[in-house]
Amino acid sequence: MLMSFKLFKLLNKMNTIISIKNITKTYASGHEALKEINLEIKEGEILALLGPNGAGKTTLISIICGLVSPTGGTVKVNGFDIITDYRKTRALIGLVPQELTLPAFETVINTLNFSRGLFGKKPDKAFVEKMLTDLTLLDKKDTEIRMLSGGMKRRVLIAKALIHEPRILFLDEPTAGVDVELRKDMWNIVRRLRESGVTIILTTHYIEEAEEIADRVGVISDGVLLLVDEKQALMQKLGKKCLIIELREKISAIPASLLSYHLVLSENGSKVTYTYDTQRERTGITLLIKAMNKAGLEIKDLQTAQSSLEDIFVNLVSEKK
Amino acid sequence: MNFQAVKVIYKYEMLRAWKTLFQSIASPVISTSLYFVVFGSAIGSRIETVDGIPYGLFIVPGLTMLSLLTQSLNNAAFGIFFPRFTGAIYEVMSAPISHFEILLGYVGSAASKSFILGLIILTTANLFVDLHIQHPFWMLAFLILTCVSFSLFGFIIGLWASNFDKLQLIPLLVITPLVFLGGSFYSINMLPPFWQTVTLFNPVVYLISGFRWSFFGVSDVSVGLSLAMILLFLSLCIAMVSWMFKTGYRLKD
Repeated sequence: MLMSFKLFKLLNKMNTIISIKNITKTYASGHEALKEINLEIKEGEILALLGPNGAGKTTLISIICGLVSPTGGTVKVNGFDIITDYRKTRALIGLVPQELTLPAFETVINTLNFSRGLFGKKPDKAFVEKMLTDLTLLDKKDTEIRMLSGGMKRRVLIAKALIHEPRILFLDEPTAGVDVELRKDMWNIVRRLRESGVTIILTTHYIEEAEEIADRVGVISDGVLLLVDEKQALMQKLGKKCLIIELREKISAIPASLLSYHLVLSENGSKVTYTYDTQRERTGITLLIKAMNKAGLEIKDLQTAQSSLEDIFVNLVSEKK
Repeated sequence: MNFQAVKVIYKYEMLRAWKTLFQSIASPVISTSLYFVVFGSAIGSRIETVDGIPYGLFIVPGLTMLSLLTQSLNNAAFGIFFPRFTGAIYEVMSAPISHFEILLGYVGSAASKSFILGLIILTTANLFVDLHIQHPFWMLAFLILTCVSFSLFGFIIGLWASNFDKLQLIPLLVITPLVFLGGSFYSINMLPPFWQTVTLFNPVVYLISGFRWSFFGVSDVSVGLSLAMILLFLSLCIAMVSWMFKTGYRLKD
């Protein structure tokens, strides 16, 4: 039993590829961008960091990638400290920045070879061509970057981030300002990468992006990580609906026979709200209406409402504020 | 040591010079040739000798230094400023590469370009005057030390500059006047005593004087002092760059 527990702990430890402990960041201006962030990222997962602009998402990934110095705390990548063992940690990481920061007058193939070399890898024509093929850039390999469309430039950024074969990929707002078609195309690229074993951390403020591709979702606001949860758990919350029943006559309290339905009475006593799980086989609505009739409550109108991930997100952020 | 990273930065920067060949090589060679025509032939024909050296020959080390200093500064400053300006520097800063390796790539390539340019200018000068180098080893030593020191200084300017105007500020407003007033076209002995003393505060005087000594065996100040001054400047630049990297100045928040 002890052995299996130790093995479980070991496996669990092995699965953590990024460990963030008490990370804080205060800029020279005095702005506190991150406040004691703690987060464990598992190998092979897709983690979406959701948050409004200025929440601290980019600061967090910039710290992990070595672009911003933390004020306090530690980050370990594959067990190595990002400051003392920066060569080992950075070799494992690829970063796709939010802005299209590319050398305009360089050809696609040259900029990829440059990126690969920066990470200490020797030129590998076959691998580079495969990367170009995977990202449908092969016919553009000798084109200067300034001649490419916005979508193509974003693909070049992804290719540059992947050209040294990293195990972790950071995508900072990968679909910000791109059209729907390209966004879906990006999601397919991300899924293919995950299938090849790459751990992906993406920042976004598109809820649908997190819903579509993430395994886990973290919500960050004002430098605080408000929540990190499996997407499925969030979807369960998402799956909850409300039935709002307007009564013909106001009541002062919920009748005792209806207490098991956990109804919420409105302040003026004209409405009751019943929350139910759409994913369950039975919602209990039919039984509730029968019980209400039996209790002598007459129904004037009915309406339903569903909380979205966006609602959860907005609530979390506003609660925090 | 990430040799591959140093190699790609070095190669990338050298190729950039190749792409802008006219700006990098042809332009300084043409302007130096014009200096030879104007100062060496037109004006120089009316000045017989300076310190016993024919005037056309006397100005060769100064003219070489003039191009060398400005090109070292410009090459290194632009090399680091441009990726900072476009944001592409994120890639270098997030790569497994040390500060020393970054310097080796950027400053090494800028210094190499200036060194090659210096040799081309000397070859060009040989077409106008009969050039003999008395101390070839020291000539190369001064050439290399100057290229490295001023490329480092250019790297500092490239990190410091927050816009294109500032990038040009120091080369135009500081370096060019210092080189012109540093004895490129005259011996400081030709100046009145007061200005001779003032000139000794100009660090470029020591560079040109030492470099000129390696050609003709005559100098305005002692060779040891010239060498000490250039080594001091190199040390100051290294200390400054180290501080910039350590604090992440203009590179890291």
